[in-house]
Amino acid sequence: MKAAVIVFPGSNCDRDMAVALKAAGADVTMIWHKDSDLPKVDLVAVPGGFSFGDYLRCGAIAAQSPICKALISHVERGGYALGVCNGFQVLTETGLLPGALMRNAGLKFVCKTSPLTVKTSQSAFTEGYNAGDSVHFPIAHHDGNYTADATTLATLQDTDRVAFTYGDNPNGSVADIAGVLSENRRVLGMMPHPERAVDHGHGGTDGQALFRGLIGQFAQA
Amino acid sequence: MKAKVHVMLKSGVLDPQGEAIRHALGSLGFDGVNGVRQGKVIELDLADGTDEATINQMCDKLLANTVIESYRVEVL
Repeated sequence: MKAAVIVFPGSNCDRDMAVALKAAGADVTMIWHKDSDLPKVDLVAVPGGFSFGDYLRCGAIAAQSPICKALISHVERGGYALGVCNGFQVLTETGLLPGALMRNAGLKFVCKTSPLTVKTSQSAFTEGYNAGDSVHFPIAHHDGNYTADATTLATLQDTDRVAFTYGDNPNGSVADIAGVLSENRRVLGMMPHPERAVDHGHGGTDGQALFRGLIGQFAQA
Repeated sequence: MKAKVHVMLKSGVLDPQGEAIRHALGSLGFDGVNGVRQGKVIELDLADGTDEATINQMCDKLLANTVIESYRVEVL
Protein backbone atom coordinates (compact mmCIF):
# COMPACT_ATOMS: atom_id res chain seq x y z
CA MET A 1 0.00 0.00 0.00
CA LYS A 2 1.29 3.43 -0.91
CA ALA A 3 0.71 6.36 1.40
CA ALA A 4 1.61 10.04 1.31
CA VAL A 5 2.01 12.19 4.41
CA ILE A 6 1.46 15.91 3.82
CA VAL A 7 3.87 18.28 5.54
CA PHE A 8 2.76 21.85 6.27
CA PRO A 9 4.87 24.52 7.93
CA GLY A 10 4.08 23.80 11.58
CA SER A 11 3.23 20.11 11.19
CA ASN A 12 4.87 18.19 14.02
CA CYS A 13 3.37 14.71 13.87
CA ASP A 14 4.32 14.08 10.24
CA ARG A 15 7.27 11.88 11.14
CA ASP A 16 5.26 9.94 13.74
CA MET A 17 2.56 9.32 11.14
CA ALA A 18 5.14 8.09 8.61
CA VAL A 19 6.76 5.80 11.19
CA ALA A 20 3.38 4.29 12.16
CA LEU A 21 2.42 3.72 8.52
CA LYS A 22 5.81 2.18 7.68
CA ALA A 23 5.69 -0.07 10.75
CA ALA A 24 2.38 -1.41 9.47
CA GLY A 25 3.90 -2.10 6.05
CA ALA A 26 3.08 0.98 3.97
CA ASP A 27 5.38 2.57 1.44
CA VAL A 28 5.42 6.21 2.59
CA THR A 29 6.24 9.43 0.72
CA MET A 30 6.38 12.83 2.41
CA ILE A 31 4.72 15.61 0.39
CA TRP A 32 5.37 19.32 0.89
CA HIS A 33 2.28 21.54 1.04
CA LYS A 34 3.35 23.64 -1.97
CA ASP A 35 3.31 20.62 -4.27
CA SER A 36 0.20 20.67 -6.37
CA ASP A 37 0.32 17.01 -7.39
CA LEU A 38 0.13 13.89 -5.31
CA PRO A 39 2.02 10.79 -6.37
CA LYS A 40 -0.20 7.78 -7.10
CA VAL A 41 -1.11 6.67 -3.59
CA ASP A 42 -3.90 4.77 -1.88
CA LEU A 43 -3.93 6.87 1.29
CA VAL A 44 -3.16 10.49 2.06
CA ALA A 45 -2.44 11.20 5.71
CA VAL A 46 -2.81 14.73 7.08
CA PRO A 47 -0.75 14.87 10.27
CA GLY A 48 -1.11 16.74 13.53
CA GLY A 49 0.67 19.92 14.48
CA PHE A 50 0.03 23.62 14.19
CA SER A 51 -0.05 24.28 10.47
CA PHE A 52 0.56 27.95 9.70
CA GLY A 53 0.63 28.70 13.43
CA ASP A 54 -3.12 28.03 13.69
CA TYR A 55 -3.60 31.55 12.26
CA LEU A 56 -7.17 32.60 11.43
CA ARG A 57 -8.60 29.22 12.48
CA CYS A 58 -6.87 25.88 13.02
CA GLY A 59 -6.37 24.29 9.61
CA ALA A 60 -7.96 27.18 7.68
CA ILE A 61 -4.82 28.33 5.85
CA ALA A 62 -3.58 24.78 5.27
CA ALA A 63 -6.93 23.90 3.69
CA GLN A 64 -6.22 26.51 0.96
CA SER A 65 -2.75 25.20 0.12
CA PRO A 66 -2.01 23.73 -3.33
CA ILE A 67 -1.69 20.17 -2.01
CA CYS A 68 -5.18 20.32 -0.50
CA LYS A 69 -6.68 20.80 -3.97
CA ALA A 70 -4.91 17.58 -4.94
CA LEU A 71 -6.17 15.97 -1.72
CA ILE A 72 -9.76 16.91 -2.57
CA SER A 73 -9.37 15.40 -6.07
CA HIS A 74 -7.86 12.25 -4.52
CA VAL A 75 -10.88 11.88 -2.20
CA GLU A 76 -13.34 12.66 -5.01
CA ARG A 77 -11.76 9.83 -7.00
CA GLY A 78 -12.51 7.48 -4.08
CA GLY A 79 -9.07 7.66 -2.45
CA TYR A 80 -8.55 7.17 1.28
CA ALA A 81 -7.54 9.96 3.66
CA LEU A 82 -6.72 10.01 7.35
CA GLY A 83 -6.54 13.29 9.29
CA VAL A 84 -5.34 13.29 12.88
CA CYS A 85 -5.59 16.26 15.23
CA ASN A 86 -4.64 19.28 13.11
CA GLY A 87 -5.22 16.96 10.15
CA PHE A 88 -8.85 16.51 11.27
CA GLN A 89 -9.18 20.31 11.49
CA VAL A 90 -7.78 20.61 7.95
CA LEU A 91 -10.27 17.99 6.67
CA THR A 92 -13.23 19.87 8.17
CA GLU A 93 -11.93 23.17 6.79
CA THR A 94 -11.68 21.68 3.29
CA GLY A 95 -15.24 20.42 3.64
CA LEU A 96 -14.18 16.79 3.17
CA LEU A 97 -15.64 16.03 6.58
CA PRO A 98 -18.70 17.70 8.14
CA GLY A 99 -18.73 19.84 11.28
CA ALA A 100 -16.03 22.00 12.82
CA LEU A 101 -13.56 21.93 15.70
CA MET A 102 -13.86 24.77 18.18
CA ARG A 103 -11.82 25.88 21.19
CA ASN A 104 -11.98 23.28 23.99
CA ALA A 105 -14.90 23.97 26.32
CA GLY A 106 -12.49 24.17 29.27
CA LEU A 107 -10.35 26.64 27.24
CA LYS A 108 -7.18 24.77 28.18
CA PHE A 109 -4.82 22.77 26.00
CA VAL A 110 -5.37 19.14 26.97
CA CYS A 111 -2.48 16.67 26.78
CA LYS A 112 -3.09 13.20 28.19
CA THR A 113 -4.12 9.69 27.28
CA SER A 114 -7.83 9.48 26.64
CA PRO A 115 -10.05 6.41 26.87
CA LEU A 116 -12.04 5.97 23.67
CA THR A 117 -14.76 3.67 22.43
CA VAL A 118 -14.62 2.32 18.89
CA LYS A 119 -18.16 2.97 17.62
CA THR A 120 -18.01 1.10 14.34
CA SER A 121 -15.83 -1.52 12.74
CA GLN A 122 -17.41 -0.77 9.35
CA SER A 123 -14.50 1.10 7.77
CA ALA A 124 -11.03 0.27 6.52
CA PHE A 125 -9.67 2.28 9.45
CA THR A 126 -11.59 0.49 12.20
CA GLU A 127 -12.08 -3.01 10.83
CA GLY A 128 -9.23 -4.18 13.07
CA TYR A 129 -11.42 -3.45 16.09
CA ASN A 130 -14.85 -4.56 17.22
CA ALA A 131 -17.54 -1.96 17.76
CA GLY A 132 -17.61 -1.26 21.48
CA ASP A 133 -13.89 -1.92 22.00
CA SER A 134 -12.19 0.34 24.49
CA VAL A 135 -8.85 1.82 23.37
CA HIS A 136 -6.47 4.41 24.77
CA PHE A 137 -4.92 7.03 22.47
CA PRO A 138 -3.02 10.18 23.44
CA ILE A 139 -4.72 13.51 22.84
CA ALA A 140 -2.95 16.89 22.63
CA HIS A 141 -5.03 19.81 21.40
CA HIS A 142 -6.52 23.19 22.18
CA ASP A 143 -9.27 23.13 19.58
CA GLY A 144 -10.84 19.69 19.60
CA ASN A 145 -14.38 20.60 20.56
CA TYR A 146 -16.29 18.91 17.73
CA THR A 147 -19.49 20.63 16.76
CA ALA A 148 -22.05 20.00 14.06
CA ASP A 149 -25.61 21.19 13.60
CA ALA A 150 -28.43 18.91 14.74
CA THR A 151 -29.19 17.63 11.23
CA THR A 152 -25.55 16.77 10.50
CA LEU A 153 -25.18 15.11 13.88
CA ALA A 154 -28.29 12.99 13.32
CA THR A 155 -27.00 11.98 9.87
CA LEU A 156 -23.61 10.98 11.30
CA GLN A 157 -25.24 8.88 13.99
CA ASP A 158 -27.93 7.34 11.79
CA THR A 159 -25.41 6.31 9.13
CA ASP A 160 -22.87 4.85 11.60
CA ARG A 161 -20.26 7.46 10.75
CA VAL A 162 -19.05 8.22 14.28
CA ALA A 163 -15.82 6.22 14.43
CA PHE A 164 -14.65 6.97 17.97
CA THR A 165 -16.13 8.59 21.07
CA TYR A 166 -14.40 9.82 24.23
CA GLY A 167 -15.01 8.06 27.52
CA ASP A 168 -14.10 11.22 29.41
CA ASN A 169 -15.11 14.01 26.97
CA PRO A 170 -12.05 16.22 27.54
CA ASN A 171 -13.05 19.12 25.26
CA GLY A 172 -16.84 19.50 25.16
CA SER A 173 -17.36 17.69 21.84
CA VAL A 174 -21.00 17.15 20.93
CA ALA A 175 -22.10 13.56 21.66
CA ASP A 176 -18.53 12.80 22.92
CA ILE A 177 -17.40 12.56 19.28
CA ALA A 178 -13.66 11.99 18.83
CA GLY A 179 -13.61 10.91 15.18
CA VAL A 180 -15.94 10.84 12.17
CA LEU A 181 -16.05 9.14 8.78
CA SER A 182 -17.02 10.56 5.40
CA GLU A 183 -20.13 9.40 3.60
CA ASN A 184 -18.16 6.83 1.56
CA ARG A 185 -16.32 5.78 4.79
CA ARG A 186 -12.94 6.35 3.13
CA VAL A 187 -12.02 9.54 4.99
CA LEU A 188 -11.46 9.46 8.74
CA GLY A 189 -10.78 12.51 10.88
CA MET A 190 -10.02 12.19 14.57
CA MET A 191 -8.49 14.33 17.30
CA PRO A 192 -6.76 11.50 19.26
CA HIS A 193 -3.42 10.25 17.98
CA PRO A 194 -3.39 6.56 16.96
CA GLU A 195 0.13 7.07 15.55
CA ARG A 196 1.34 7.80 19.07
CA ALA A 197 0.14 4.41 20.30
CA VAL A 198 1.89 1.92 18.02
CA ASP A 199 5.03 1.01 19.98
CA HIS A 200 5.59 -0.37 23.46
CA GLY A 201 7.83 2.64 24.04
CA HIS A 202 4.75 4.84 23.56
CA GLY A 203 3.13 3.28 26.59
CA GLY A 204 0.46 1.52 24.55
CA THR A 205 -0.12 -0.15 21.19
CA ASP A 206 -3.86 0.29 20.73
CA GLY A 207 -3.26 2.25 17.53
CA GLN A 208 -1.57 -0.64 15.71
CA ALA A 209 -4.89 -2.21 14.75
CA LEU A 210 -5.91 0.96 12.91
CA PHE A 211 -2.82 1.04 10.70
CA ARG A 212 -2.56 -2.73 10.28
CA GLY A 213 -6.25 -2.99 9.44
CA LEU A 214 -6.01 -0.20 6.90
CA ILE A 215 -2.94 -1.60 5.21
CA GLY A 216 -4.25 -5.17 5.44
CA GLN A 217 -7.30 -4.07 3.51
CA PHE A 218 -5.10 -3.05 0.59
CA ALA A 219 -2.96 -6.19 0.81
CA GLN A 220 -6.08 -8.28 0.19
CA ALA A 221 -7.27 -6.10 -2.67
CA MET B 1 -10.96 51.25 -0.41
CA LYS B 2 -11.22 49.53 2.89
CA ALA B 3 -13.62 47.02 4.32
CA LYS B 4 -14.11 45.53 7.72
CA VAL B 5 -15.31 41.99 8.16
CA HIS B 6 -16.89 41.12 11.49
CA VAL B 7 -16.82 37.38 12.19
CA MET B 8 -18.91 35.99 15.05
CA LEU B 9 -19.88 32.53 16.17
CA LYS B 10 -23.44 31.87 15.07
CA SER B 11 -26.08 32.34 17.70
CA GLY B 12 -26.76 28.95 19.21
CA VAL B 13 -23.09 27.93 19.02
CA LEU B 14 -21.73 27.98 22.57
CA ASP B 15 -18.80 30.40 22.85
CA PRO B 16 -16.45 29.08 25.56
CA GLN B 17 -14.16 32.11 25.31
CA GLY B 18 -17.06 34.55 25.66
CA GLU B 19 -18.22 32.62 28.73
CA ALA B 20 -14.75 32.87 30.29
CA ILE B 21 -14.72 36.63 29.69
CA ARG B 22 -18.16 36.93 31.27
CA HIS B 23 -16.93 35.11 34.40
CA ALA B 24 -13.81 37.30 34.56
CA LEU B 25 -15.93 40.47 34.34
CA GLY B 26 -18.04 39.12 37.19
CA SER B 27 -14.98 38.49 39.32
CA LEU B 28 -13.83 42.07 38.66
CA GLY B 29 -17.06 43.22 40.26
CA PHE B 30 -19.00 44.13 37.11
CA ASP B 31 -22.45 42.86 37.91
CA GLY B 32 -25.20 42.41 35.39
CA VAL B 33 -23.14 41.11 32.45
CA ASN B 34 -25.65 38.64 31.11
CA GLY B 35 -23.67 37.38 28.18
CA VAL B 36 -20.43 37.89 26.24
CA ARG B 37 -19.74 36.76 22.68
CA GLN B 38 -16.24 37.06 21.28
CA GLY B 39 -15.57 37.45 17.59
CA LYS B 40 -12.93 38.93 15.36
CA VAL B 41 -12.60 41.91 13.09
CA ILE B 42 -10.59 41.61 9.88
CA GLU B 43 -9.62 44.82 8.06
CA LEU B 44 -9.13 44.55 4.31
CA ASP B 45 -7.29 47.10 2.20
CA LEU B 46 -8.73 46.50 -1.27
CA ALA B 47 -8.31 47.74 -4.82
CA ASP B 48 -10.84 50.49 -5.48
CA GLY B 49 -14.03 49.19 -6.98
CA THR B 50 -13.90 45.74 -5.38
CA ASP B 51 -17.54 44.75 -5.19
CA GLU B 52 -19.25 43.39 -2.14
CA ALA B 53 -19.95 40.07 -3.84
CA THR B 54 -16.19 39.49 -4.11
CA ILE B 55 -15.72 40.33 -0.43
CA ASN B 56 -18.50 37.90 0.43
CA GLN B 57 -16.68 35.21 -1.54
CA MET B 58 -13.51 35.92 0.48
CA CYS B 59 -15.57 35.42 3.64
CA ASP B 60 -17.23 32.23 2.46
CA LYS B 61 -14.01 30.67 1.20
CA LEU B 62 -11.61 31.66 3.95
CA LEU B 63 -12.33 34.43 6.44
CA ALA B 64 -15.25 32.71 8.14
CA ASN B 65 -16.05 29.05 8.67
CA THR B 66 -19.74 29.23 7.87
CA VAL B 67 -20.36 25.91 9.62
CA ILE B 68 -20.01 27.75 12.94
CA GLU B 69 -19.49 31.43 12.13
CA SER B 70 -21.49 34.23 10.57
CA TYR B 71 -19.99 37.38 9.12
CA ARG B 72 -20.93 40.94 8.34
CA VAL B 73 -19.11 43.08 5.78
CA GLU B 74 -18.77 46.81 6.36
CA VAL B 75 -17.41 48.76 3.38
CA LEU B 76 -15.70 51.89 4.71
